[in-house]
Amino acid sequence: MTTEKDIVLKHPKDPAALLDVIRDVQSRFGQVSDEAVGRIAAHLKLSEAEVRGAVTFYHFFSLSPRGASTVYLNDSITSRMAGRTAVAQAFEQEAGCRFGEVSADGTVGLFPTSCIGMNDQEPSAIVDGVVFTALTPDKARAIVRGLRAGTPARDQVASFGDGANQSDLVRAMVVNNIRRRGPVLFGAHESGAGLRKAVSMTPEKVIDEIKRASLLGRGGAGFPTGLKWEFCRREAADRRFVVCNADEGEPGTFKDRVILTELPALLFEGMAIAGYAIGAKTGVLYLRSEYAYLRAHLESVLAGMRRQGLLGKKAAGAAGFDFDIVVKSGAGAYICGEESALLESAEGKRGEPRDRPPFPVQTGYLNQPTTVNNVETLATAARIMAEGAAWFKALGTTQSAGTKLLSVSGDCSRPGVYEIEYGLPIADLLDMAGGAGAKAVQVGGPSGSCVAPAGFGRKIDFSDLATGGSVIVFGPDRDIFEVVSNFMEFFVDESCGWCVPCRAGNVLLKKKFEKVARGLGTASDLRDLEDWGRLVKSTSRCGLGQTSPNPILTTLKSFPELYAAKIRTGEEFVPEFNLEEAVQDGCAAAHREPECKESLDE
Amino acid sequence: MSEIRFTIDGKACLAERGQTIVEAAKANGVYIPVLCNYEALKPVGSCRICTVRVAGRYMASCTQPVTEGMAVENTAPDLEDMRKSLIEMLFVEGNHFCPSCEKSGNCELQALGYRYKMMVPRFPYLWPGRALLAGSPLLMLERNRCVQCLRCVRGITSKAGRKVFAAVERGPHVTIEIDPKLAAKLSEEEARRAMDICPVGAILRKEKGFALPIGQRKFDHTPIGSDIEKGTGR
Ligand SMILES: Cc1cc2nc3c(=O)[nH]c(=O)nc-3n(C[C@H](O)[C@H](O)[C@H](O)COP(=O)(O)O)c2cc1C
Ligand code: SF4
Ligand code: FES
Repeated sequence: MTTEKDIVLKHPKDPAALLDVIRDVQSRFGQVSDEAVGRIAAHLKLSEAEVRGAVTFYHFFSLSPRGASTVYLNDSITSRMAGRTAVAQAFEQEAGCRFGEVSADGTVGLFPTSCIGMNDQEPSAIVDGVVFTALTPDKARAIVRGLRAGTPARDQVASFGDGANQSDLVRAMVVNNIRRRGPVLFGAHESGAGLRKAVSMTPEKVIDEIKRASLLGRGGAGFPTGLKWEFCRREAADRRFVVCNADEGEPGTFKDRVILTELPALLFEGMAIAGYAIGAKTGVLYLRSEYAYLRAHLESVLAGMRRQGLLGKKAAGAAGFDFDIVVKSGAGAYICGEESALLESAEGKRGEPRDRPPFPVQTGYLNQPTTVNNVETLATAARIMAEGAAWFKALGTTQSAGTKLLSVSGDCSRPGVYEIEYGLPIADLLDMAGGAGAKAVQVGGPSGSCVAPAGFGRKIDFSDLATGGSVIVFGPDRDIFEVVSNFMEFFVDESCGWCVPCRAGNVLLKKKFEKVARGLGTASDLRDLEDWGRLVKSTSRCGLGQTSPNPILTTLKSFPELYAAKIRTGEEFVPEFNLEEAVQDGCAAAHREPECKESLDE
Repeated sequence: MSEIRFTIDGKACLAERGQTIVEAAKANGVYIPVLCNYEALKPVGSCRICTVRVAGRYMASCTQPVTEGMAVENTAPDLEDMRKSLIEMLFVEGNHFCPSCEKSGNCELQALGYRYKMMVPRFPYLWPGRALLAGSPLLMLERNRCVQCLRCVRGITSKAGRKVFAAVERGPHVTIEIDPKLAAKLSEEEARRAMDICPVGAILRKEKGFALPIGQRKFDHTPIGSDIEKGTGR
C-alpha cells in the first residue's frame, strides 16, 4: 500500500514542489494529516507552519478528512437559480451529513465551492474530480448511493457531452453549448498556420502585427497585448516565460473551458507565437483545478503538436526556436486568476498577489520576465497571425477590435458560448440568447456591473461594458438583493486576506448590505454602503478588492428604487441589534420565554 | 546622491533612485503613517494605511517607488479619513482592549488611533473568536490583537531560513501560526526580537510584558510620527 511517505519522497526536494506534493497526498488520502505536514516540511526544508499555510489557502486541500469521496457543489447564483437548494438537501439527506461535513461512516464529504465554470448547465458539482452537470435531487441521491455501493464517480457518468467531451481522454457529461461561431475563434484555421507565419518574421515584426491588430487582453483588464509582449521582450534576461491564465474563476465565465475543450491546439499555437515574440523557451498553462478533467486531453494535444514539429526543438521548423509547454494545476482559489497570485501559485506557494511594481513582464514566473495572457487572448493572437491585423481590425469597433467570446447563463432559453463582434448592445444579445423580459443583466461577473433594462442599449466593448466574458441574465422574478448577497459572499470567501480593506471591508460591507436587505436600513446606511465601497475600492491592494464592492455600488446606481423601497424613511437610525434574537440562547437554556415578549415585537 | 525631484502636498522634495515614497517622505521630514511597514524588511503593503494619491490614483506608499515629478497627495482630508477608516477597521476586526494590554504605550495601532483621534469606530465590532497560542516556551501569540502585518512572517526565520511564523487560512479567516518545532528552538534574543517586531501586543515574551511600566513607554512621550515631523526621527 502506498504511504504518505512514499508519495512525499517521489517529489523533488524543492519548495516549488509544495503544491504538487500536497495535491498528491490530498487526492490519495482525502486530507493532509499532521504526519503528512511534518513529512512534507522535512522533505522540502520548509517549516510546518508554512506547509499548513499552503494547505489551508486552497479550497480543495484540507488538514482534516474530506471523506473517501468528496462532493463539491457549486454555490454560484446561477446554480441557486437552477435549483441548487433542493439538490443540496438531497445530497445531505442521502449522505446523512450537512455541507461542510463528512458522513459518519467517512464515505462521503459534502462541501460548497465557488463557480466551477459550468454556469450554463447548473446545478453542477465536482465529485472526486469528475464533473456532474444539470443535477436534480434524484441524481444527487443516486450519486451518493453509487459511491457507497463502491461505484467510483467516473463510472457514474452515463452519457457524454458533445465534441471532445466524448473523447476517450475526457469522457465528461459537460456540453459545449456553442451557440454562435464567429470568424476569429471559430473561423476555419489550418493548424500551425499562424505560428509558421510568425516564425517567418522577426519577433519585433510579430509584436508589430499584434499591435496593429489592437488586440486587447480578453481576461478582463484589457491591456494591449502587443505592448505587454514588447515590454517583456525588452527586459534583459536569459530566460523569459509565457504563462497562459486558464484559471477562469469569475463566476459565470466558462468560455475558456470551451476553448480548452475544442480549440486547445489554437491556444497552444498562440502560446508558441507569444514565446517566439518575447524570446521564451517555456510556456506554462495554469489550469484551474476545476478543469483537471481536461488535463489528459490537453497533454495529448501537446504530444501531438510535438510530433508535428509545432512544439519542441526547432518549433515550427524555426532554427534556434525551441519552445515547449507545461501544464500546472491550481487547487481552488479565485484569486489565483489574478496574474501575480497565479505566478505565486505556479511557484508552489499560497496564491497571494504580489506588489507592483515590479510587474510580471519585469519580474514574473521564477522572477523572470513573463507575459501572462488569458486563454482567449492567446488563441486570438494565433488567428491574427494567420489572417493578418487588417482582417482582425475590420471586425468589432474602432476602439475594440475583433470578437469576444461570451459565456451567457441564467434566465435565458439558449445559455452557452457566443462569439460576437465588439459593440453588440445588450438587447441584441438578449434576443440571441432568448432572455426576453430580463430584469437585469450582470456583465463581467460579480466584479462587473449589474445593468437594468434602461441600460440594455449599452454595448459590450472596452469603452462601455468591458467584460472578461461573463453575462448572467436575471428574469423578472429574481430578487436582486439575493444576487448581491451571493456575490458579496463570494468575495468574502475568495479574498486572499492579505490586505485590510478587502479582508475586513468586504465582511463589513456584506453585513451592512444585509442589514438593508432585511429592511432594517435607513438613508444613512445607504450612504455608508457608498462610502465604505469607495474605501475598499480605493485602498485595496489588487483587482479583487478594487472591484469587490461593485455588486453593491452598481445596483445602488441601476436600481435605486429597490433600495428606496427597502429602507425606512423618517428614521435616522435603526439598530441592527435585535433583543429577541439576542436573548434566544438564554431563553432556550432557561426553557422559558420572556414575559414581555409582545412588547419586544415590532 | 539626490536624483529625483517630487512633491508631497506641494512641498518640493528630493529622493534617491529606488526609494519608496514612505522612505523619501521621511528623509524630507514628512510623516506618512505606516503600520505593516518595518525598516529592513521587504514591504508587503498589507495594512494600506500608508495610502497616498498620485494623479488621482491610490497607492500604498510603502511599496511604491518615487518617480521623477511625482505629485504625492498625503494629507487631503478624504485621504486622511480613509486612513482613519482603515485603523477603525483593524479595531473592529480584532479584539483590542488597550487598558489590559501588555503593549499599551508601545503599540503602533493604539498610537495611530490617538493620532487620528479615533473615538468610536464607524464599523460594527466583529468580535472574532481567535485562539491564543501559548505552546512555545518563550513566546505567546495573542491572536486577538494580531493585525496581520506579516512582520513576524518576514522577519523571524530559523538559521536554515525556515519561517517560524506563517499565515494560515485565507480571507477573513487568515491568522498567524507559530511553528511549534521551530519556536521551541528560539533563543532569548530571537524571542525578544519577535516581540519587538510586532507592532501590537500579539507576540509577547512570556513573563516580560510589563518590564517597562505604562506611562514610560515610547508613545507615551513621543506621539507616533512626531519625531519625523520634528526632524528628529532616525
Ligand atoms: C481577482 C482577479 C481574478 C482574475 N481572474 C482571471 C482569470 O480567471 N482569467 C484571466 O485570464 N484573467 C483573470 N484576471 C486578470 C489577470 O490578472 C490578468 O489581467 C490577465 O490574465 C491578463 O491577460 P490578458 O491581458 O490576456 O487579458 C483576474 C484578475 C483579478 C484581479
Ligand atoms: S485586495 Fe488585498 S486581500 Fe483582497 S485579494 Fe487582493 S491582496 Fe488579497
Ligand atoms: S504601511 Fe504601507 S501598506 Fe502597511
